[in-house]
Amino acid sequence: MRPESKMLSRAGLIAALVLPLASCNMVVMSPSGDIAAQQRDLIVISTILMLLIVVPVIFLTLLFAWRYRQSNKTAKYDPEWHHSTRLEVVIWSAPLAIIIALGAITWISTHTLDPYRPLDRISEGQPLSADHKPMTVEVVALDWKWLFIYPELGIASVNELAAPIDTPIRFKITSASVMNSFYIPALAGQIYAMAGMETKLHAVINKPGEYEGFSANYSGAGFSHMRFKFHGLDQAGFDKWVADVKASGTALDKPTYMQLEKPSIKEPVRHYATTDSSLYSAIVDMCVEPGKMCMSEMMAMDKGLICRIPEPTTAAREEKAIRPAT
Amino acid sequence: MTADSTSLLFGKLTLEAIPYHEPILVATFIGVAIGGLAVLGALTYFRLWGYLWTEWFTSIDHKKIGIMYIVFAIIMLLRGFADALMMRFQQAIAFNGHEGYFPPHHYDQIFTAHGVIMIFFVAMPFVTGLMNFVVPLQIGARDVSFPFLNNFSFWMTVAGGIIVMISLFVGEFAKTGWLAYPPLSDITYSPDVGVDYYIWGLQIAGIGTLLSGVNLIATILKMRAPGMSMMKMPVFTWTAFCTNVLIVAAFPVLTAVLALLTLDRYVGTHFFTNTDGGSAMLYVNLIWIWGHPEVYILVLPVFGIFSEVVSTFSAKRLFGYTSMVYATVVITILSYIVWLHHFFTMGSGASVNSFFGITTMIISIPTGAKMFNWLFTMYHGRIKYEVPMLWTIGFMVTFVIGGMTGVLLAVPPADFVLHNSLFLIAHFHNVIIGGVVFGVFAGINFWFPKAFGFRLNAFWGKMSFWFWFIGFYFAFMPLYVLGLMGVTRRMSQFEDPSLQIWFVIAAFGAFLILLGIGSFIIQIAYSIWKRDELRDETGDPWNGRTLEWSTSSPPPAYNFAFTPVVHEVDQWWFMKQNGYKRPLSGFIPIHMPKNTGTGAIIGGLSVVFGFAMVWHIWWLAIASFVAIVAVTIVHTFNYNRDFYIPAEEVNAVEARRTQMLPAE
Repeated sequence: MRPESKMLSRAGLIAALVLPLASCNMVVMSPSGDIAAQQRDLIVISTILMLLIVVPVIFLTLLFAWRYRQSNKTAKYDPEWHHSTRLEVVIWSAPLAIIIALGAITWISTHTLDPYRPLDRISEGQPLSADHKPMTVEVVALDWKWLFIYPELGIASVNELAAPIDTPIRFKITSASVMNSFYIPALAGQIYAMAGMETKLHAVINKPGEYEGFSANYSGAGFSHMRFKFHGLDQAGFDKWVADVKASGTALDKPTYMQLEKPSIKEPVRHYATTDSSLYSAIVDMCVEPGKMCMSEMMAMDKGLICRIPEPTTAAREEKAIRPAT
Repeated sequence: MTADSTSLLFGKLTLEAIPYHEPILVATFIGVAIGGLAVLGALTYFRLWGYLWTEWFTSIDHKKIGIMYIVFAIIMLLRGFADALMMRFQQAIAFNGHEGYFPPHHYDQIFTAHGVIMIFFVAMPFVTGLMNFVVPLQIGARDVSFPFLNNFSFWMTVAGGIIVMISLFVGEFAKTGWLAYPPLSDITYSPDVGVDYYIWGLQIAGIGTLLSGVNLIATILKMRAPGMSMMKMPVFTWTAFCTNVLIVAAFPVLTAVLALLTLDRYVGTHFFTNTDGGSAMLYVNLIWIWGHPEVYILVLPVFGIFSEVVSTFSAKRLFGYTSMVYATVVITILSYIVWLHHFFTMGSGASVNSFFGITTMIISIPTGAKMFNWLFTMYHGRIKYEVPMLWTIGFMVTFVIGGMTGVLLAVPPADFVLHNSLFLIAHFHNVIIGGVVFGVFAGINFWFPKAFGFRLNAFWGKMSFWFWFIGFYFAFMPLYVLGLMGVTRRMSQFEDPSLQIWFVIAAFGAFLILLGIGSFIIQIAYSIWKRDELRDETGDPWNGRTLEWSTSSPPPAYNFAFTPVVHEVDQWWFMKQNGYKRPLSGFIPIHMPKNTGTGAIIGGLSVVFGFAMVWHIWWLAIASFVAIVAVTIVHTFNYNRDFYIPAEEVNAVEARRTQMLPAE
């Protein structure tokens, strides 16, 4: 190949790699919610910290590999050199220093960005005022769709989530079947949805828009389509959305839920104008089905059972006492 | 026959279990059947069965068992890689409502099988094979501590592999992902036999892995040549030692957790079920308490390989031997207290998550130290660019990137946005391909001449390296990008068309890797064809440093006519520097173990047992289990287990070697 054409083809190759990068939407790196933005910052800071050591290592590898090649007789050759205390100290302490810095960042950020911790700010430089009440959303992962219940508004929806911007959202998350992971990359990091349990996530969306939400933990045949749209709306838009749900939706009672719970793929968006207020806790307790014992009851009974273990009889106690100590 | 008697005879197995209605599988089956028949026919035609049975299958020689492990791993690599190609192909086309070629039912089996096969039946046998072949030679031993156990371990690993392979044509494999998390893997959500194939394949192979771990620990602790203190062991032996400690400590956890899952599925217990007090979180914890050490089980031995390669081809002592050893030991210990980083997103408290995040980061300190030690081994060296060294440089550049993204994933809040995404997939392929696979190829190219007496062709070796190296970057860098675009793993169809270009690039990368694997196969075939030109008669083609290079290539059955006495870490280098003279007379008879077919027979019976358990064919399960116990008992009565290689024969073998070596 002639040098020019070689250069051209190389330029083409680079363009082929960089162009799609420029055009693609890296939602994780440019999110629209404050929590996800802080998580993005953490990715950037950690990466830069680590590049401090990774770049020199790659550079030195290539440099040494080139410089000490066999054909280069001018380079020093010392077959017995194998130890240098000073160098070893550097070798161990350089990564150590980076990890101490990163460890401190990790400890602090893991606590401030704990998904269970209620928010204390709406976005950078905008603390949460005391009267700013969070909105609760109860999230249920079903085979293979998402049910969102708004207990304060008494409405629910399937495969569609909406929230007003700059309002803290408190997600309570569970699953009615297998393990899933509730994830809206633009909003905040994910958390698992597990049956018989509740996980929590606090987040806020700062920019209006339509975002992707999905299950990030493989859950079976319909997994690829277990997706929903998350609408970040201004207050007026959200009020309108709620009104629409109330106007067009049906009722979500336990029989309707039992029907909905059955496995289905590519479930269309559904709206429910009213909800059974005890539904979510019954789902977590795994007793929506009529006549099924709730887990909490069962646990209470198990506990009772343990308390009711009879005391040993007098005879048994005496037998124990006279048995020789072995 | 009535339905009752059919189920008594065949359990759950019916004609419906044969996927003759799936054209892809039928075509695969025809291909495998024709290929298999051709191989079997050739073996019969050339009358090789007797040779294979007496010289290989029943062999208790650690060198032959090591080679068989590697052959097995190469065969399974082809299967695992075929799965990978299918995944890349599916994800590159399943856009805009196009469903691709695989419905979820099939696609979900493919990614599960890919993970299971690549970890348990490719990476594991590769490293076990290399450890088996190299460790006794490096420590100056004639074999491992328990030669029969070694053969038995190999056949149990193969038996597990066969059970997984049977699932391709009889029934189906698990559709759960490679770790089979419940509740998805419970009988409620996976009523088919797929998970049962998974369980029995892994349980049977796990017996082999565990016992081979016990064997190698005993070998390294008890069979080192006189003078070889722990701190004079070659680094590869050190890493092999730590790996086997990890195996012995970790694999029982896997066995236990799979046994509990088996009880849930077979007898209706509730360890991991949603209902009746079961906890899937318990399974996730237990499986990762095995699973995290497992990745170090794979990567530690290849760290050892790179250490040997870097020092040999730089013609220089390894820099910082002591810190290398301590780094290995520290990694071994730390690998037990990081498992929770695989599920930060399961809802643990911030302090728990931080603890496991920080312990994970701490592992990067000894790993970083190792990286610097290799770097400073090259410093002031004279680097020869033979194929193993290319793989090593490729590893050093690639692995630090994977290490960096790994530490990134260890920051819990960052993990919340990257967990289960293609970023994670890119990360662990970055360390497993960039680390384990590169290391295994370095090791194969490095020790092949020792095993067979001729080198591997360098041209095709370099082709293989460059295809793999470049192919890796094409295949996995796009996945990092896709992960940052919020794309999650295990998807069989996509809606967003802007993602497609990245999947197409990744598929192209997989194609390059295919060429890399093809070049490797050609390299072996071509080298066998040209073996006389590539012949190495010295036994030391690379100017090696450790004891394995002091023997002939291939080494005699007894490895060392006289057990060497060790003074230095690089003992062979030391011997060469100090004018070592091979002993030419005074040979005495050598006590050796005898071959036995028991391992192969029990392995075969285990396949039958596993198959019967999968399909609930109880009579067959009982019969094969009784047979296993019977064969075991009969074997204990076999007192005819050893023999002496007469002094004259040792004398003759050594004399032949004297003739081959150039006169001094």
